[in-house]
Amino acid sequence: MSLPQSPRPVRVLLVDESPRRSSVLADALRASGCDVLATIPCGVDLYASLDRTDADVIIIDMESPDRDMLEDMHRLTAENPRPIVMFVDDGDPESIRAAVRAGVAGYVVRGVDRERVRSVLDVAMARFEEMQALRDELQRARVSLDERKLVDEAKRLLMTKRGMGEDEAYKALRKMAMTRNMRLVEVARSVLNMVDLL
Amino acid sequence: MTSANALHHRDPTDSEPSRVRLGFVPLTDAAPIIIAKERGFFRKVGLDVSLSREPSWSNIRDKLTAGILDAAPVLAPMALAADLGIGGFSTPLVTALSLGLNGNAITLSPELFRQMTELDPAGMAERPRSARPLRRAIEARRHGGDRRLTLAAVFPFSAHMYELRYWLAAAGIDPDRDLRIIVAAPPTMVGLLRAGNIDGFCVGEPWSSYASQLGCGKVVVAKYDIWNNSPEKVLAVTRDWHDQHPRTHAALIRALVEAARWLDDPEHRLEAAHVISGESFIDAPVDAVRPSLLGEFDDVERDDNTDFHVFHRYAATFPWQSHALWLLGQMWRWGQIDRACDLPAIAERVYLPGFYRDAAAPLDIATPAVNSKVEGQHGSPWTLTDATAPMRMGPDGFIDGRVFDPAHWREYLSAFDIAHPLIAIDRMRG
Repeated sequence: MSLPQSPRPVRVLLVDESPRRSSVLADALRASGCDVLATIPCGVDLYASLDRTDADVIIIDMESPDRDMLEDMHRLTAENPRPIVMFVDDGDPESIRAAVRAGVAGYVVRGVDRERVRSVLDVAMARFEEMQALRDELQRARVSLDERKLVDEAKRLLMTKRGMGEDEAYKALRKMAMTRNMRLVEVARSVLNMVDLL
Repeated sequence: MTSANALHHRDPTDSEPSRVRLGFVPLTDAAPIIIAKERGFFRKVGLDVSLSREPSWSNIRDKLTAGILDAAPVLAPMALAADLGIGGFSTPLVTALSLGLNGNAITLSPELFRQMTELDPAGMAERPRSARPLRRAIEARRHGGDRRLTLAAVFPFSAHMYELRYWLAAAGIDPDRDLRIIVAAPPTMVGLLRAGNIDGFCVGEPWSSYASQLGCGKVVVAKYDIWNNSPEKVLAVTRDWHDQHPRTHAALIRALVEAARWLDDPEHRLEAAHVISGESFIDAPVDAVRPSLLGEFDDVERDDNTDFHVFHRYAATFPWQSHALWLLGQMWRWGQIDRACDLPAIAERVYLPGFYRDAAAPLDIATPAVNSKVEGQHGSPWTLTDATAPMRMGPDGFIDGRVFDPAHWREYLSAFDIAHPLIAIDRMRG
């Protein structure tokens, strides 16, 4: 059906204060077929770089003070989140495990060979997509549950304050939503906000 | 439940460890931890404490969660976020110790400060300064088509974030629409300001003093002026660690209360400045660390700056649940809480004043008998009589004169015109 494609290089943004170390890592990444878009030393340029980068993955030194900024920006760019991979010194498996639990997608240990680097990034990106899908699903479930609760509350309010039956209350809400071109949940919210007037 | 008596003395055959790993972020208000270690207060209670300097709050969070650190001073809202499972937390934290009051300031670039002075000299002459001159500057910039201002706070879940937003919103500035607030680590703030990446920041000392000394920042208002004697850091441990090591936890609290008491003696402040500015701790020039500790933080031109850092007096080590509830309310206000939940119940789960009282019982100090107080009703010093002995307290007023009565937290939160909650207040049950 489709022609076999050569795998697109993974685009990487590297955040590390030590130029010597980051150049070693950048070499390993390039050798494993990654495209290192930029190496940013510290927070001064991180903010602007993140705004315009089209990196697939961001690698940051665990000991960088910019972790807080990166995490927050990641939250802000919720429409286009990217996996964050941490670069850690070897011999600290516990901290690595913790970081992964806290939502970082993966980690690269210092001194890792080039074959491993690529597989770490692939695993991290796959894991990130999975986590993202799960998070989206949870969010949708939570929102729809919250919305259902709101509609139920508004219905109950109409039933007690206006003596309507359940079906009647629901239809009243739906009619208002249609005539005002509002979502059902928005109508429910405005009914609940007017509780004192009813 | 561990009885108060069992907490008082460490038993040599005790199965609890006496080795404790503490992490800290380099800031002046980490002083109790550093002083307790360097002046032997930990040793005195039988603890062998190792300190590890951490570059970011994310690292503190991750290492506490993983058990690589046993305890750490954290931004008070981090402990609350952990209970809600937001902000990357997957493990609940508790605290039974406040690590002092005040200690931050809002600093702006000299250019912005000058613009505010030109546009609103009367506003700039007021004490405390409201953000009204800043609003004028924002309006002028909007008119002139200039880019939106960017300010930085140290973490999404931080007293800094809420006091900055409180100060802005009290003057009619919408912090999410009229400007941009980003997160940056304390030691990187000065560099960001100097490079023009940001126009100002809210940060703990010594970083405002340092920016001011380098001439790249002007302090506009202190945290103290936004909310007098307000909460800042707490000593956090995971709930599991607390359950498993109640005696070690109690010993930590005693050592840190003693260190806080030592630090509040004006005679000790200069020595403290020299110790904590050292390269294994804050690693900043001692001249930058001195002003706020010695009451010489004069950039806000107040008569008396001795309360810039309060470590022990005014019940500063007590974990007030009213502080926790106020912070949770601000988390709600700015849309960080994404589901209906019972805020007072969270405050009671995370803040453990009862454990503080038991742990501190052997010390010769007065402790509050109540867990909460009404915040914002004292414009001048007062006496807390609901305590084991009357306690001298500092003012607790807010810059806009509002009063926070924890019993009526929903009414309090409903009254803010500028707010971006995700959940309607009547759906927050408590």
